[in-house]
Amino acid sequence: MMAARRLFPLVELTLARCREFLREPDAIFWVYVFPLFLVLALGIAFRESPVERFRAAVLNDPSAEATLAVLRADSRFAAEALDEPAARSRLRLGRIDLMIASRPAERPTYIFLFNPTRAQSVLARDAADDLLQRAAGRRDAAERIDQTFDEPGGRYIDFLIPGLIGMGLMGGGMWGVGFASVDMRIRKLLKRYRATPMRRSDFLASLILSRLLFTLPEVSLLVLFSSWLFGVGCAGSYATLAALVVLGALQFAGLGLLVAMRAQTIETVMGLMNAVMMPMWIGSGIFFSIERFPEAVQPFLHALPLTPLLAALRQVMLEGAGWTAVAPQAALIVGWTIASFAVALRWFRWT
Amino acid sequence: MSWAIRCRDLRKTYAGKPPVEAVRGIDLEIAEGECFGVLGPNGAGKTTTIEMFEGLIEPTGGEIEVFGIRWRDDPQSIRRRIGISLQETKFSDKLTVLETVRLFRSFYPSGPTPEEAIARVGLEEKSRTWIKNLSGGQRQRLAVAVALVGEPQLLFLDEPTTGLDPHSRRQVWEVVASGKRQGRTTVLTTHYMEEAEQLCDRIALVDRGRVIALGTPPQLIAQLGGRHVVEFALNPAEAMDDPAEPWRHLPGVTTQRRERDAIHLTVAEPHVVLPLLLDELGRRGWTLARLVTRPAKLDDVFVALTGRTLAEGGAVNGPNGGAENG
Repeated sequence: MMAARRLFPLVELTLARCREFLREPDAIFWVYVFPLFLVLALGIAFRESPVERFRAAVLNDPSAEATLAVLRADSRFAAEALDEPAARSRLRLGRIDLMIASRPAERPTYIFLFNPTRAQSVLARDAADDLLQRAAGRRDAAERIDQTFDEPGGRYIDFLIPGLIGMGLMGGGMWGVGFASVDMRIRKLLKRYRATPMRRSDFLASLILSRLLFTLPEVSLLVLFSSWLFGVGCAGSYATLAALVVLGALQFAGLGLLVAMRAQTIETVMGLMNAVMMPMWIGSGIFFSIERFPEAVQPFLHALPLTPLLAALRQVMLEGAGWTAVAPQAALIVGWTIASFAVALRWFRWT
Repeated sequence: MSWAIRCRDLRKTYAGKPPVEAVRGIDLEIAEGECFGVLGPNGAGKTTTIEMFEGLIEPTGGEIEVFGIRWRDDPQSIRRRIGISLQETKFSDKLTVLETVRLFRSFYPSGPTPEEAIARVGLEEKSRTWIKNLSGGQRQRLAVAVALVGEPQLLFLDEPTTGLDPHSRRQVWEVVASGKRQGRTTVLTTHYMEEAEQLCDRIALVDRGRVIALGTPPQLIAQLGGRHVVEFALNPAEAMDDPAEPWRHLPGVTTQRRERDAIHLTVAEPHVVLPLLLDELGRRGWTLARLVTRPAKLDDVFVALTGRTLAEGGAVNGPNGGAENG
C-alpha cells in the first residue's frame, strides 16, 4: 500500500485529461500526424516551379519552321507545329497557352491567339512577342538587369504555415475543450463532479492546462516539419511565437467552452462548432489573404477571433515583428479569451 | 437528537406541457447515524428527492437542511461531508479504477487512501484495469468507492444494487452495514423491498411524489394489522369472486385482498386462522387449489396503501411515469 500523500485536484484533473487523450490512438493521429500530411500535400500542390514552361502551337505554314526555331531556342517554351483545328481545340482545353500563325508579307506579321482570362496565356503571348520581335531585328532601347527574388518568407508555403498553425490552434482548442465538456456532461461526470467539493477554478484550469500541454508539441512538430521540408523559418523570435501560440490556445479553449456551455447532445455541439468555425476557415485568411475579400466585409473579418491571431503569427514569422508590433492583435486575442471564459463560466451547465 | 437531513414541504415541478409534479410536498427528518431507505416504484420521485438533498436539483419549493446547513448558505461545507453514488455515472473508459478513485480523492481534504477505498468495495484486483473492461457490477462498486473517498458522514446511494450480480450486491450491502457501525448516515433509494428491509432502520414509502408511509420495517408491516399473509386459490375458481368476502370475517383476519389468481389474507397468527379457513371451505363444499403462508413484506404494505405492487407501480401512474428521468 502506498504511503498517504497529498493529492492536488488541478494535477489529478490534468493528468486524467492527458491520460484519456494519450490512450486514444485516433486522437493522436488527427492532432499530431494529420496536420503534417496537410503541410506536405499543400506544400507540394502550391510549389512554385522556378521555370514556367509556355506551351505554344505554331500553325503549319511556310514560315513555321523559322518561328519554331526562335521559340525553341528559349528554354521557357515548348513549341510544336499543328493544324489550326487541332491547335484551337487544345487552346480551348487549356493544354496549350498560345497559338501562333504567321502571315507572309513584306513586313513579318504574327497573329497570336490566346486566352485573356488566363495569366499563363497572357504571359506566353508577351514572351513569344518579345522573342519574335528581337529575332526580327528589334533593338532594346534600354539595358535590363534581371534579379530573382526567392528569399524564404516570400513563397506561398511561408504564407501557409502560420495559417495552418492558427487553424490547428482553433480546431484543437474548440474540439478539445468543447467536445470534452459536452461528453462529460452527457456521461453525468460533470454532475458527479458538481456534488464534490472540487473547485470550479481547478476544473477550468485543468482544461486549459491540458490544452496547452497538447498544443505545444503539436505546433512545435508543425514548425520543425515545415522548416525541415520547405525551409520555412521564423523571422522573429521563437519566444514571441510561443507566446502567441499560448494566447491562441487559451483563446480557443475559451471559445470551445463557450460553445459547449449549454449543449446537451453531441449533435448540438457539433452543429454549433461548425457554425462558429466555418466563417473563420473561410474569412480569417488561413489559405489566402483576407485583402481579397470585398471592402464591405473587412470589418467583420477583422473581428473574427482567428483573424488577429493569424495576422500576428504572420507578422512574427514572416516579417520578424516583435511584441510591440503585434500588441494590438494580442490585445484583441486576450479580449476574446476573457470574454468567452467569463460568459461560459456564468452560464455553464453542470447537469 | 441531531439531524443529518431535514426537509419541509419539499416540492419539484418540471416545466413542460403538462408540467410534471415529480415531488409534491415531502417532509422528512433523517437522524444522524441512521440508514434511511426511500422505497417506491419507478417514477415515484425517489431520485428527484435525493438529488435535491444532494444539492444537484434546485427545489421548486420547500426547505432542506443538511447537518443544519441550507444549500444556498454554504454548499462547500455540505459537499465535504457527503458522498454520493448517482443512479448512473459513466466514468472515463480509458482511466483505471485506481486513477479514477485517486482523482476524486484529490477533491477532499481527508479520507481513506484510494487503495483503501477500493478495498472496501472489493475491487483490489481491478485497480489497474481500464473502466471499459469492468462488468456492470464492478462499475457500480467503483461508483460506491468514489462515494467513500471523502469519508462522508452522509452517504447517498441511488439504486446502488439495481441489476447487480449477487456478489456485487453483497459488497454494497457490506459497505452500508460497516458504515452504520461507524455511525455514518446512509440514505438509499431502491425498489427492492428485501434490500430495504435488510439494510434500513427506517423507510419512507414514496408514491407519486409523496410519502405514503414512514417507519421502521416492522412498524410499516404492523400497519397491515398482521405480520403474516395467507395466500390461497379455490376450486371452483368462481368461488373466489364471492362478493360477500366471507374470509374477511374469520377471527384473526385483518384484511382480504384479491390478487390475479389468489386471495391474500393478512393475519396475525396463521396457525389460528388456517383451521377456521379449512372448516369454512368444507362447509361450503369448495376445495383448495393452492395454499401458501408467508411473513408479510413491504410490498404487501405498498399494495394495501395503493392497490398496486411496487413492481407495477410505475406502469400505471401515467403522468408521473417518467418523472425520475426528468
